[in-house]
Amino acid sequence: MTLNLRTPAVGPTIALVVAVVVFSVTTSTFLELDNLSLVVEQSLVVGTMALGQTLIILTAGIDLANAANTVLATLLMAKLVVGGAPSWLALLAGLAVAAFIGGVTGGLVTRVKLPPFIVTLGLLTILTAVSRIYTGQSVPVTDPLLSWLGTRRYLFGGIEVTYGMTVAVIMYVVLWYALTRTSWGKHVYAVGNEPEAARLSGINVRRTVLSVYLIAGLIYGIAAWQALGRVPNADPNAYQTGNLDSITAVVLGGTSLFGGRGSVLGTLVGALIVTVLRSGLTQAGIDDLYQNVATGVLVIAAVALDRFSRGRQR
Amino acid sequence: MTEPILELRGVNKSFGPVHVLHDVDLVVRPGEVTALVGDNGAGKSTVVKSIAGIHQIDSGEVVFDGEPVHIPGPREAATLGIEVVYQDLALCDNLDIVQNMFLGRERGKGGFLDEADMERAARETLASLSVRTVKSVRTQVSSLSGGQRQTVAIAKAVLWNSKVVLLDEPTAALGVAQTRQVLDLVRRLADQGLGVVLISHNMNDVFEVADTIATLYLGRMVAQLPTRDLTNTQVVELITAGRSGDIGLAKPEVATV
Ligand SMILES: Nc1ncnc2c1ncn2[C@@H]1O[C@H](COP(=O)(O)OP(=O)(O)OP(=O)(O)O)[C@@H](O)[C@H]1O
Ligand SMILES: [Mg+2]
Repeated sequence: MTLNLRTPAVGPTIALVVAVVVFSVTTSTFLELDNLSLVVEQSLVVGTMALGQTLIILTAGIDLANAANTVLATLLMAKLVVGGAPSWLALLAGLAVAAFIGGVTGGLVTRVKLPPFIVTLGLLTILTAVSRIYTGQSVPVTDPLLSWLGTRRYLFGGIEVTYGMTVAVIMYVVLWYALTRTSWGKHVYAVGNEPEAARLSGINVRRTVLSVYLIAGLIYGIAAWQALGRVPNADPNAYQTGNLDSITAVVLGGTSLFGGRGSVLGTLVGALIVTVLRSGLTQAGIDDLYQNVATGVLVIAAVALDRFSRGRQR
Repeated sequence: MTEPILELRGVNKSFGPVHVLHDVDLVVRPGEVTALVGDNGAGKSTVVKSIAGIHQIDSGEVVFDGEPVHIPGPREAATLGIEVVYQDLALCDNLDIVQNMFLGRERGKGGFLDEADMERAARETLASLSVRTVKSVRTQVSSLSGGQRQTVAIAKAVLWNSKVVLLDEPTAALGVAQTRQVLDLVRRLADQGLGVVLISHNMNDVFEVADTIATLYLGRMVAQLPTRDLTNTQVVELITAGRSGDIGLAKPEVATV
């Protein structure tokens, strides 16, 4: 029942609350406001990438290249500014290239009918190489526009909130609305569940899937902007596990890898679970490697839960 | 006799090298149930999908309401007033009844859904079909029984003030009571003035509700005759051999190509 469309993210939210309570009791520092706001900020970039990932997984696809796409966009933005381009142009170019790469992925999936796993595995290799060819080392970012999302902040209930956080929340709300309250959203769910039924109902399956990859690409571009706000440095070696981390967030948020079931609000919770877990375990003095073990166990448990709940529905 | 609402004239359809429909003629009149029968693989579903715009015919004519029409896709078929209940139902498990009934044709302004309006229309349609087995129109389709799913698929088709409804084996997976309900529903649609095409392998069902019976044999329309002029045995012969006495193919060899 946790994966019912009507009751999105209930299971994951309970898990998140439990994790927060456990760490608040077992460590002295976890519940401090500074730490909480740090936890949220730390989930920002992966949380944004996970938003695009959710859309793609809802169509029964998967994106292994999302972080590579984001990293390439950060490099492009940073290098263009270093090369003397106006910062708004660099930003737009980064967003456009990220969206374009999303479009290419969607094109290969819908037109050439290649499995998303293969397409994005290939793209992951290509984009990672291209980034390293493009620049050998990291590029420092001093441009105010490129770091705007991280440097500008305001107080909200005693917590410092960056513009980046605000933008992420707005994106989540907009996509939640689009998925649940518009016909496009219904089509995304239909296509992910039963593409043939969608086609027979007169839905343009290709166009729907393509739109998802395009939007996801644009979101990865915005994730790049977020990333430059958090760390004023475009690094070709950054976010190497971003693809897997984003998939983890999506799965922990209760979205089914089989497509057609899940919600972006679940993903938001999922992204927070990952960061809370890591932050809490760090403060409890538990080694990085054990944190990876814990995250992995959680992912497998979440997918197993999905499997069982589908089994019962059939 | 009333004018046909839908007619096929000399329709041919191939999938690559496989010639599936050979010069198929079919007449569908409003207020009548036209049964379309034939063995497995005879081409019944292909006829339906060609009318629905899922497949494009290679040659021949589709005439709707007296006008030759070209139907490039399911939306265009729906615009004309042609609705289909597919053999595998074409429902999405993960959506509820309302969402399924309006899938691809949601109501609302600029893509923003008007859920209340759709819910009301769905409820009214189910009520007009005297469907009482479905408790809430917000139930997810995954939790419905086979008969309830069939009912939803039919309701989805009649929601649109359609003129022709094509049903591809609507009772194949149903028990006795549910089959009864669906057949009553099929009859009621015709009594409301719709042209109804019913595909079925069950001769009892066919003889009970159909006004005319059209038989496909290896992609050829071997006969379309009023039900009262046919016997059960004759129809079975037409289905299995393509001819029965003077009816059907002149020589059995013709069909063995
Ligand atoms: N998309 C397709 N591509 C290739 N061949 C097809 C396609 N659809 C149907 N056929 C072939 O056309 C023939 C007729 O199939 P069709 O599904 O119309 O039969 P049917 O009369 O509906 O049979 P059944 O009673 O089993 O549903 C079969 O030989 C089938 O293999
Ligand atoms: Mg069939």
